[in-house]
Amino acid sequence: MAETTAAPNAGQNTSRRVKFVITRQDTPETKPYTEEFDLPYRPGMNVISALMEIQRNPVNAEGGSTAPVCWESNCLEEVCGACSMVINGKPRQACSALVDQLEQPVRIAPMSTFPVVRDLVIDRSRMFNALKKVKAWIPIDGTYDLGAGPRMPEKKRQWAYELSKCMTCGVCLQACPNVNDKTDFIGPAALSQVRLFNAHPTGEMNADDRLDMLMEGSDGIEGCGNSQNCVRACPKGIPLTTSIAELNKQTTKRMFKRWFAQ
Amino acid sequence: MKGYYARKVHSLLGLIPISLFLIEHAITNFAAYEGGPEGFRDAVRLLNDLPLVFFLELFAIWLPLLFHGVYGLYIAYQAQPNLGHFKTERNWRFVMQRITGVIAFIFIIWHVYTTRFQITLGNTTHDELGGWMHNIVTQPGFFVFFLVGVIATTFHFANGVWAFFVSWGITVGPRAQRISSYICLGLFVVVTAMFLMSLFAFRSAEFADTASVITTTLHTMIG
Repeated sequence: MAETTAAPNAGQNTSRRVKFVITRQDTPETKPYTEEFDLPYRPGMNVISALMEIQRNPVNAEGGSTAPVCWESNCLEEVCGACSMVINGKPRQACSALVDQLEQPVRIAPMSTFPVVRDLVIDRSRMFNALKKVKAWIPIDGTYDLGAGPRMPEKKRQWAYELSKCMTCGVCLQACPNVNDKTDFIGPAALSQVRLFNAHPTGEMNADDRLDMLMEGSDGIEGCGNSQNCVRACPKGIPLTTSIAELNKQTTKRMFKRWFAQ
Repeated sequence: MKGYYARKVHSLLGLIPISLFLIEHAITNFAAYEGGPEGFRDAVRLLNDLPLVFFLELFAIWLPLLFHGVYGLYIAYQAQPNLGHFKTERNWRFVMQRITGVIAFIFIIWHVYTTRFQITLGNTTHDELGGWMHNIVTQPGFFVFFLVGVIATTFHFANGVWAFFVSWGITVGPRAQRISSYICLGLFVVVTAMFLMSLFAFRSAEFADTASVITTTLHTMIG
């Protein structure tokens, strides 16, 4: 890790400081509180490098020693989704949040739609459970060689690829006004994955199973209220609202089919 | 009823019959602007000459409204608005759809009580409705409540039609949803204008003549 003094222009920057206001929480049960940090500015710094600085020197703005702020991160290039948090009110990845582009003081909070484990660490289990529920995979195993599947048209592959960029980061659920303690709504991410796997020529063979999952219980596609925040917030630019509307069409057809064909 | 089907019924009832009735209501009221007391009375008579009018009202207005309203309150309760961080037009409409829904719910209960229910009670008749309306809307407080209630209802109607097209998978892509926004905005402007013109028509002096007879009754009814 680079030392602060190693930067060639460190001298001219030592005076510049960046203020961070971080929402912290010691355990899943305790109440959240805010703590301020006053960090030395470094060119090109992002929210992760700021958190690393706090980890290296865990002193708050009042000069008191404190426990280092906990967070999660992996790839540091906005493809894994682990470092999602609320930065200046917007849910996004901390690794791609450059301090130079942020209003100061920088306010950081956990994505509290999810259970908070500690500080900025959240439990995104519900997203992975949602993928299991909607069967977001393509069954290809048999007791014998099933052979090659049908080919996917190139045009379809191009838009389906966009849907496959989802990294299950949880930003769309945090942005959605209908994902909260009062509803069971499964959220935009898993819905879009249903569209992806139903578009696949082999996955299509189980399309009805996935649609049925969106139409039973109280957590299905009907939870969408068309605020369309998800599509604005998605860091990968996935057309989530188009996916939801397309699935509205698919589930509507499925509903009539179940009524009249049985 | 399971979540998906309850919501689908809610959405369908919003369009058929409630939205269709609202448009019909606007057309009937517009007769007050176009034809004055005579025109309005004929328009009301035309409706009440429909066969099985009680069952039409029951199954095409009251029961659908009751389900749509009560289930709608539950939907409004479930939302956790976050306009502070997402000030987009669609998010505004999401919040407004819920607020106007609650306003419309209260307004419609009051409106049905002060008009249709008074006919049931025998305090007024279908033929005297124009004068009855004149007495209500000439009171500033009630008139303002009418303006707010009508605009909230027509917004909820127009935005609800837009959402219906999304919820049933008719407008799928962003372009289709944008164009349907413009169409629904046009619908909002036209229907709101028709209601407001009829409201102002009810305030005019020509409706006062029929009103004088029943003024006393009304004042004892709603103060």
